[in-house]
Amino acid sequence: MSRKQLTGTRIRERRLDQGVRQADLARTVGISPAYLNLIEHNRRRIGGKLLVDLARQLGIEASALTEGAETALLGALRDAAQDHKMAGKELDRTEDFADRFPGWAQLVADLRGQVQGLERTVEILSDRLARDPNLSASLHEVLSAATAIRSTAAILADTDDIGADWQARFHRNLREDSSRLAEGAEALVRYLEESADDTSHQTQPMEEAEAYFRTRDWHIAALETPSEPAEQVIEHLVETAEEVHSVAGRDLLRRELVQYSRDAARLPLEPLLAAMSEHGTDPAELAVRFGCSPARVMRRLALLPEQHMPGPVGLVVCDGAGTLIFRKPVAGFELPPFGGACPIWPLFQALARPMAPIRTVVELPGRPAHSFLTYAISQPQARPRFDRPEIFQATMLILPPPPGADLKQARRIGSHCRICPRGECDARRELSILSDGF
Amino acid sequence: MGRDVLLIEDEPNIIEAIRFILSRDGWTVRSHSDGTTAVDKLNALRPDVVILDVMLPGRSGFDILRDIRSATETNGLPVLMLTAKGQARDREMAESLGATRFMTKPFSNSDVLTAVRDMAGP
Repeated sequence: MSRKQLTGTRIRERRLDQGVRQADLARTVGISPAYLNLIEHNRRRIGGKLLVDLARQLGIEASALTEGAETALLGALRDAAQDHKMAGKELDRTEDFADRFPGWAQLVADLRGQVQGLERTVEILSDRLARDPNLSASLHEVLSAATAIRSTAAILADTDDIGADWQARFHRNLREDSSRLAEGAEALVRYLEESADDTSHQTQPMEEAEAYFRTRDWHIAALETPSEPAEQVIEHLVETAEEVHSVAGRDLLRRELVQYSRDAARLPLEPLLAAMSEHGTDPAELAVRFGCSPARVMRRLALLPEQHMPGPVGLVVCDGAGTLIFRKPVAGFELPPFGGACPIWPLFQALARPMAPIRTVVELPGRPAHSFLTYAISQPQARPRFDRPEIFQATMLILPPPPGADLKQARRIGSHCRICPRGECDARRELSILSDGF
Repeated sequence: MGRDVLLIEDEPNIIEAIRFILSRDGWTVRSHSDGTTAVDKLNALRPDVVILDVMLPGRSGFDILRDIRSATETNGLPVLMLTAKGQARDREMAESLGATRFMTKPFSNSDVLTAVRDMAGP
């Protein structure tokens, strides 16, 4: 969490509390409503005169707007210290450090965030390495040549009394292996370049559709109260979707937008927000209130603008075979890019118990570990018919943990086996790349 | 313990380098490059230490190690596993199958020599 994030959220909260329109506040401080919107959603850094002006208009001290950010910074510093097992007096002086050297403190916090991002990248690349036989074979060839060169060169360099025959033989080997290494490296680069150009290799229809929703913060305003028939709006949205290139991706996006449109029609924004003020985010309560299924409520809640929710919200939907068919990730709850998810997710428990609502607090491994409240349910994918098998679809809503939740009782789950460090697990399908080895 | 090493590896220049290093330390090094017949070769030669590559033509080093550990005559044989894929899962696989040591390519000559000496014991 960075300094800019909480500041934007606090400005928004303060403005809404006072009933000030975004456009009005923006005009009084001399910026565009769009820019203020970016600030409020923590996408633009704010400070200096603009922060002071905004604070004055909102009737609050500028420091009060950034106070939460200080807390976030201290939290990030303590997390960084925990990562490196720092303890004792140094850790006790975290606040002192942040006060005296705010720039350095922010740098440490930012670097920790970057390290976490890079670790995630390594996990993904390792996953790809393990699953791509061409890449694996190519790297094996390069490493084998490098091994032979290293051993041979060390022999020539370190052995004073090496005979002429051996010397000639090793020189010949070095020539052979260096040629082989050069060819192997060229082949590897060529392969990686071709892979990078091959977008079909890297992007699946689901990833294209996901990119569409992600670019729009998972909320499609045009489908909330469409001025034209929803079908026309959806066709226009699909035709102009820059993130979606494949025919399959457009088909998937169209179906997801139809679903969104139907959900929005059954659970209109304003009545839903009013009901949430009474019932909170319990999907079962809201489902009764609106006379619809809990799964529909879960989808709707996950795709509401974030300021209406108690924090970041994720959503996962899987079909009857357990394949993930919709993913809205949330920080700390990584959703697998390839292959299967953790079988201990409440999502799959729901799949095995159709129509049974399941509420579970879960904990995912990490530094620090992340906890979430999940609601899951499995429902028929289509209306019942006597001439076809019934097909179920499971939905899981991911919310921040409720205040006061006993996190020690949380179910310990993972993302997927390859990046899960949990040792004892009956559900493990394969070894983790994060294990220490021996 | 004797000083016979069987090197099961399919890269001729790596074989030559390891043979040279160990020979100068007093070891008799014999090599074999085919995974399919590696266990037969091992049973015939009865070495004191085995250096075993993971990626071999015909059969993987893991399968060969599994056979070595499942036979009464060879289940206590010191085995140093070599791989170009230095991932944790390969290490875990080697450990679970009973490898004595594990080394990732590219390795240093001195590390190989030290590992072979350690495994052979005094």
